[in-house]
Amino acid sequence: MSDKDLQKTENVTATERIRNVKTFVPRVDIYEAKDSLYLIADMPGADEKTVDVELEKNILKIYGRVENGKIKDHALVFSEYEVGDYERTFTLSDEIDRDKIKATVKQGVLKLELPKAEKVKPKKIAISVA
Amino acid sequence: MFGPSILRMKRFADSIPEIIDLQREINKLFSNVGHGTTSDYPAVNVWEKDNSLVVTTELPGIDPENINISVTGATLTIAGVSKSDILKEGETYLRQEREMGHFQRNIPLPYQVDSKAVEAKYEKGILKIMLPRQQEDLPKKIKINP
Repeated sequence: MSDKDLQKTENVTATERIRNVKTFVPRVDIYEAKDSLYLIADMPGADEKTVDVELEKNILKIYGRVENGKIKDHALVFSEYEVGDYERTFTLSDEIDRDKIKATVKQGVLKLELPKAEKVKPKKIAISVA
Repeated sequence: MFGPSILRMKRFADSIPEIIDLQREINKLFSNVGHGTTSDYPAVNVWEKDNSLVVTTELPGIDPENINISVTGATLTIAGVSKSDILKEGETYLRQEREMGHFQRNIPLPYQVDSKAVEAKYEKGILKIMLPRQQEDLPKKIKINP
C-alpha cells in the first residue's frame, strides 16, 4: 500500500443527478499495449447492469450507478465511507476502433479494452535499396 | 478516532457521515500528513441491529481467497492483498491510481462476538461481515429482591 489519499474523491464536476446521491471519481489504472489501451476502474457496488460506457468522438465517459448501500433494518453506527455513483471522463488521444471495444465488470471492477484503430497502428515501412 | 465505545455515537446515527466528514476536514487543517493512513485502509461502515453487527467495506477486484477475516474477542481483523494485472513486455502504465498491495486493519468492536457464527459475503467488490454478539456477553437482567 502506498501513502496515497485512501479516501474516495467526490466528483464535483459531474453533472448533478436527479436522484440525491453523491458522485465519486473512480480510481483507474490505464496501460498501453501494442494494439490496445486497457482501462481498469474501481467501482465497488456497481455491476454489469449498472455500468455504462460512452464514447463520443474521443471523449470516453464511464458511469456506474450504485444502490444506496444501506442494510435493511440496520442502523449505521459508525461510518468512514460514503456510497454513491461513479463518473469520470477521459479524452483519448489515439483513435480507437469503437466497434471492437470490450467491457467487463467483475467484483466491482470495470475493465475496458480499447483497441487502436488500424490506421493509427504504427506501420513499419520497408526501405528499398535505391 | 475509532475507540471501543463507538456506540456512544449512536444518538447521532443519522448525522454520522457529516460528523465524520467534518472531523476529517478539521484533522486536515491541523496535520500536514493529511488523512487516510495505511492503517485506516480499508474504510469501514458499521451497522447494528439488536444484538448483531454488520461491517461493510469496499474492496474492489480482490479474489475472496486473498481476503482473510479473523475475530478474536472483540477485535475484527481484515487483511489481504490486492494484485494488479501483470504487464507483458512492451506494455506500460500511463496511470496507476488503484490501491495495490497488502493491507491489514484491526477494528475494535463494542462487544464480544460469537466467532463461530461470523459470516462473510463478498459481492460486487463489497465485503459484508455479519457478527452476532456472544450470548454469554449479553447484558444480564438483574432481578431486585423485595
